[in-house]
Amino acid sequence: MDNRSEIRKITMAEFFSAVVHMKTEGWRLAQICANSVPQGYEMSYSFCKGYQMVTLRLEVGPDEEVASITQIYPCAFLQENEAKELFGVQITKIQPDYRDKLYRIEESTPFRKKE
Amino acid sequence: MSTRSIVPFGPQHPVLPEPVHLDLVLEDEMVVDAVPSIGYIHRGLEKLVDKRDFKQYVYIAERVCGICSCGHGLGYCQAVEQVMGIEVPDRARYLRTIWMEMSRVHSHLLWLGLLADAMGFESLFMESWRLREKILDLFDETTGGRIIHSVNQVGGVQKDMDQGMLDDILRVTRDLEKDMKPVIDTFLQDYTVQSRLKGVGVLSKEDAIGLGAVGPMLRASGVSYDARLLGYAAYGELSVEPVLSTEGDSYGRCAVRLQEILQSFALIREAIGKIPAGPVSAPVKGNPDGEYFFRIEQPRGEAIYYVKCNGTKNLERFRLRTPTTSNIPPMVQLLKGSQLADVPLLILTIDPCVSCTER
Repeated sequence: MDNRSEIRKITMAEFFSAVVHMKTEGWRLAQICANSVPQGYEMSYSFCKGYQMVTLRLEVGPDEEVASITQIYPCAFLQENEAKELFGVQITKIQPDYRDKLYRIEESTPFRKKE
Repeated sequence: MSTRSIVPFGPQHPVLPEPVHLDLVLEDEMVVDAVPSIGYIHRGLEKLVDKRDFKQYVYIAERVCGICSCGHGLGYCQAVEQVMGIEVPDRARYLRTIWMEMSRVHSHLLWLGLLADAMGFESLFMESWRLREKILDLFDETTGGRIIHSVNQVGGVQKDMDQGMLDDILRVTRDLEKDMKPVIDTFLQDYTVQSRLKGVGVLSKEDAIGLGAVGPMLRASGVSYDARLLGYAAYGELSVEPVLSTEGDSYGRCAVRLQEILQSFALIREAIGKIPAGPVSAPVKGNPDGEYFFRIEQPRGEAIYYVKCNGTKNLERFRLRTPTTSNIPPMVQLLKGSQLADVPLLILTIDPCVSCTER
């Protein structure tokens, strides 16, 4: 067994079907990580099956919308709300959407890299 | 027709050591929905990688939480070590393992005490915490700190244990194992405990996987996953077997944690028997460049440490996905259909750590 995670880069067009595929194949959602990069955001969705781990890597433009995966993985709601509130990733239709009040912080998108 | 009402639960509640709030939608006394909200103690510690270099950040990672402190330091260091290709000395790997298992024992004893307290079983609460004190004393002796240990560093550990300390650990854990016997019997066989836990809050194997449960929550539903089997630290050289239960209820989650305490004693003994002599840290040269997702088994479950480094002394991104973040969605599922009187215990059975979740 290996602690390594395979990172697969996917496009926005492939994103939803790739997540559905992971669900139908029995992968567990392990984590969602947002990162601020010069061209916008980098979203990493990690899945585990047994001891294997795969991360889907999605590049998102600064104003580009990403569909929430909560209708496929309902347990994603906390981590998606976090990415939206702390980084400003435009994640749509999160169930439930805390509308940037998950962490009750005053500063808007504090983790987003400032110019 | 029953009437629906919304009852706020928390953020301050006798069973909650930390603040979390739930809006419980009730039909008479039955919970039909629950909406969790957190955010009372968010500190933004991940962002501090901008202000502290990758070696200094260990101290921040350890302070994410007091109970999981040792594991957070270990997970962060191992992720950075993977990026840098650092080979940690064997003795350091074993020392990390011993401290991690001691952490598991004290975390589970803490939880057992809280559970007993929530049931109003005060003598069992006090006995659980009395036993936990002995582990904290061992931490004090071997690291200099009871809660925050500051032993992990990138490349190994900062402190070594002499033979006297290792002998003390062996002696205390042997005594503790004997002292645990009546505690385990009470938790598993007492009528009061059984009536509060058995058949309460059942999480099926399918739901446990589908909702992303981790740790004892996952294993109590019969899923054989324990990140220690990934072989980090010295676990690859020790006899680790996931502790399982098939009931999936609160009693099963309690039984898994009790059994894991005994397993930790055995792992500590095995590690002390195999620990080699030698240095406890390797030199660290340059700055990390690359990224890594590193998984460890914290007492509350799998935690994931992500580091992204760009060749400078500051990390570009550090992300910690804590066990409680993963266990909140299954907890909401457990609450649906439960009785209002069982809500405090059900919340406790995930062993929530809000401090970690709001790192």
